[in-house]
This record gives sequence, C-alpha cells and structure tokens, in this order.
Amino acid sequence: MNSQFELPGSYKKWTVGLIVAGLLALIYGIVMFHPFAPVAHEGHGEFSSSTRFWAVLLQNSVYWLLVVNAAMFFICVTTMAMGGWQVALRRVPEAISSVVPILGIITFLVLMTIVWTGRTDIYHWLDKSAVAHDKILNGKSGFLNPTFYTIWSAICIVMWWLLGRKMRTLSLETDKNGQMDYETGKKWIWKNTVWASLYTVFFGLSVASTAPWLWLMSIDAHWYSTMYSWYTFASSFVSGMSLIALFVIFLKNRGRLEYVTEEHLHDVGKFMFAFSVFWTYLWFSQYMLIWYSNQPEETKYFIERIGTAGNPGPYKGIFFFNLIVNFLCPLLILMKRGVKRNWTMVSVMAVLIIFGHWIDFYQMVMPGTVKQHAEMMPFEFGIAALFIGLIMWGVGKYLTKHPLVAKNHPFLKESIIHHT
Amino acid sequence: MAGGIKKFVVGSFSDEAVLFPAVKNVRKAGYKIHDVYTPFPVHGLDHAIGLRETSLHTAGFIYAITGTTTALSFMSWVFTKDWPLNIGGKPHFALPAWIPITFELTVLFSAVGMVLTFCYLCQLSPFVKKHHFHPRATDDLFVMAIECTDKTNDAEVQSFLEKAGAKEINIQVAETGWWIGRYDREQKLYREEKGY
Repeated sequence: MNSQFELPGSYKKWTVGLIVAGLLALIYGIVMFHPFAPVAHEGHGEFSSSTRFWAVLLQNSVYWLLVVNAAMFFICVTTMAMGGWQVALRRVPEAISSVVPILGIITFLVLMTIVWTGRTDIYHWLDKSAVAHDKILNGKSGFLNPTFYTIWSAICIVMWWLLGRKMRTLSLETDKNGQMDYETGKKWIWKNTVWASLYTVFFGLSVASTAPWLWLMSIDAHWYSTMYSWYTFASSFVSGMSLIALFVIFLKNRGRLEYVTEEHLHDVGKFMFAFSVFWTYLWFSQYMLIWYSNQPEETKYFIERIGTAGNPGPYKGIFFFNLIVNFLCPLLILMKRGVKRNWTMVSVMAVLIIFGHWIDFYQMVMPGTVKQHAEMMPFEFGIAALFIGLIMWGVGKYLTKHPLVAKNHPFLKESIIHHT
Repeated sequence: MAGGIKKFVVGSFSDEAVLFPAVKNVRKAGYKIHDVYTPFPVHGLDHAIGLRETSLHTAGFIYAITGTTTALSFMSWVFTKDWPLNIGGKPHFALPAWIPITFELTVLFSAVGMVLTFCYLCQLSPFVKKHHFHPRATDDLFVMAIECTDKTNDAEVQSFLEKAGAKEINIQVAETGWWIGRYDREQKLYREEKGY
C-alpha cells in the first residue's frame, strides 16, 4: 500500500494517444490554415483560415492553463481557511498545478505569436492606424498595447509558477522531515498560510481581474464588462474542481488514497455544485446589467452571440447549450446528497462540467474572431486532446514521483476523521 | 399528543466517548433506543442510533419550487394581464428583470418553509411541552432513554447500562407526546396533572 504509485498501462496509452492525436491536429492546422502567413485583410473579424487556427489555440491554451492553475488556488484558499479536510487528497491538486509551467510556456508562446505577428484579426487593438482614429481604443491604449501585454502576461505566468512551486515544495518537505511536534507544526502551518495568502493575492490580481481582460476580453476591444474576469474565474475554478475530482476518483479506483472517503468526495462535489451556481450568477448578471441599464453600445457582445430577432447567428445554440450543461445539469443532478457521494455520478458530472466550460470559453473567443465562420470540427477537439494529453502526462509524472499522501501534514488526522 | 404513556429505562452518561460504545452495545443487544438527549449536537450520533436520513431537504426543494412558481406566475400575471406598464421600452414579459425576484422568493419560501418544518418535526413551539428525562441533558449529561416493551426485563437493562458506563440509572413512566403547557409556571408532572 505504501509503495510508490505506478501508472497503469492504459493511462500511459491514453496519454500518448491524446498527445499524438493532438499533434496530428496541430500539423493538420499548420498545413491547412497557413497560420504564419501574413494577415490577409487589415482589420478585426476579417476572416481567413489562419484566424481559426490562432483562435482555437488561444481558447484552448488559456482555458487549460486557467484550469490547472485553479487547482493550486483550491489548495491555497482551503489552507487559508484552516480547512483540514483536503489534506487526504492534497497531493492531487498539487500534481495538477505542477502542469502550470508547461501549459504556461505554451500559452505564452501562443499569446506572443498573436501579439507580435500583429494578428489584428484576433486583437483589433493591435491595429495602430485603427486605434489612432478610434476614441475608445485610443483611451484604452495605455492598457491594451503589445508591451504591457507581454510584460504582464509574463509576470502572471511566472508568478503562478513560482508561488505554486513554493507551495508544492513546502508540502513535499514534510515527507522528508518526519512527524512534526506541536511547535514545528505550528511554524510550518504559519509559513504555509503566508505563502498561500501571497498566492491568493496574486491570483486575485491576475486571474480574477487583469489576465482575462488582456487575454480574452480584449478580443471585443470596444466592449467591457466588470463581471468578465469573475465569470472567467468561476468557469476555470469549477472545471479545476472537476479535474481534481476526476484524478481523485482515478486514484481511488486504483486502490490508492486510502484516507479519501465518500465524505471528501461529498465536499469536492459541493464545490462543483456551488461554483456552477456561482458561474450562473455571473453569467446572468453580466447580461442583466447591460440589458437592465439600457446600454445599447454594450449589447454588441450579446448580438454577436445570440443574434437579433429573426437573425439568430451561428452561436445561439452554443450559447444556450452552455447554460443547460453548466447550470441546469449541475443544479438538478448534483443537488442530491447521494449523487455527490457517488463515485460514478461525480465522475460523469466532472466530465460534463469540464466539457461545458470548454464550450463556454469557445463562445467567449470565437464570435469576436472567426465571426460567422465557426466550425466545431476534429481540429478543435484535436487541439483540446493535445492539452488533455499534456495535463495527463504532467500529472502522471508528479503522482509517480512523490508520495500520494502528505503523511506528516499536521492536519492529516483531521482529514482522516473528516465527516460532513 | 399522540404518544401515549410508556415505560423507560434512562441512563445518563457524563462523557461522549463512553456514550458512543454504549449506544452501539445497546443496539447490538437488541434494546430499543427511544432517543438520546445531548447538551450539544454530537457528530455522527444520528448515524450511531440508526436514525433514517432526514427528508427535510426534500421538503426544502418542494418549497423552493413553490416559491419559483409563485414569483414567476404572479409577476407575469401582473405585468402582462393585470397592469401592463411600459418600463424603459422593454417588453411586458421581461423575464431577465424578474430573475432576481424569483431567486429571492425561491430562497425565502425554502428557508421559511424549512424552519417551520424543522420546528414541526422537532415539536418545537411556544407552549408545547414534552417530558424531560433528565434536566441536566441541557447542561452536561448525555441521556439515553431505552423504551421498555412487554418482554423487557428492567433489571437486566439497568445492569446492562451500568456495565456500559452509565452514571445514573432510573426507571421513568412518561408521556411520549407533547401537550400544551407553560414552562414559566411551576411544573407539575404530567401524570399528577392528569391524575394517573
């Protein structure tokens, strides 16, 4: 039971399979969509097939990066709340967050290519002549310019990586140093809490505000919403919780994580339920604030998505499908106590939620970039498979390298006897 | 009110750690636990006594659905049939504007309904009185009441409880239901009041 965890053959096969499928999709995209050809038409929304290539990469890299990053956020907030229950499964979110540097580098490369090759079809604000004649964009140019974009993106990714690594090191140190006595334990908890709060503060400055503004909201550069970053955060956090649940259930099925019981699953399920509702609150509020306060200039964002009366547009289906998958299903299915304590049901719901929020990011990115030419083809899913494969690879590597239970964590006993 | 007079063997425990194995043993021996009274909510005790899962949340769900329906049907009747007003040029059936109110009524119905149901299930209300097996159950004692049936041997239960670690053991004949009365007046035993 205490031997080091080894990945089963099927896991490795799936990892390699997904990465190969993803690489094939990527090669297909490079061959078919000419991503490095110069932008054909100057101007936002002028469609060329390379737009689709970069829009899909942008959607997937940002989505999966925020999802794996949310795992570390989960550790940090529960640490700050002195929550002991998560200790039994703590190594799982740690493993997920260890993928942040890999996905961070990929995301950074994608963002930099988009910005520095002047892809005005993705970010309208890159078009200098348009910005000069545009009062709104000119006013935002202090924030929306390539230099600031580059510096702030780099700071965000590096800080998530470094602060996350510090949290993981602190946790791994406890394995070597043996059982802690009261004083050492107290000191360790204090140190852990301080680093967790630093991470959370930076998380608030990046994921919960500036990063989504820069990376996603600036696609619709004229439009803004104060709800947008929270909405993105809720999306990524609920998917992160679902990813944690999936890996916990996977390890439990392999007979590992001996201290994790239905009680822990119940609490993870509660997070999935609660943040699905929280996401809906923001989804709705963003719409309602614009609708109720009569701001016709802000309706642009929703006209792109749901169209106008008699002219629905290609995204209407996805827009409402999004609400069904991410709100109605979690609300009605995860509401019952028995479902949150059922391993099969939680894994089904976790897959559904991760897929649902991938769709959510799809409809955040696509209407402003590829406009009417949206296609949900193997290429889109192939790129998603590439990222899933990378996450599986990174998480698998961490899980096989380190003990699965933080056995010297001062709160471990609290987690073992945890009872909801 | 419908409880009827029953006979109980009552054991008082001073410690939670003694109570849990005692509950287990009493159930294993086949005695019928009427209830366990504790000074504070004890985690996992409901499970140990073998109480069924509460259906309070199902009731809550039904109240919530009632709230949603009430809010939506009332507002749509008012704004489309009874008194249509042009508000900012918006359609009369302005669903987004009603969502917050619908949400509030859902929560309100659910919360108030659940509190009332909870009080009903626990028989909590002003002037409703129930028999107290031990006054210190609200202070520092964990009180277990075992119901006697025709076949129960009182002496056997008493010695069983003693072995299980009970500090105080006695036999009480008490009304199990509730009755209307007042706590601020001097209490008379129900039996004396009714002349049993």
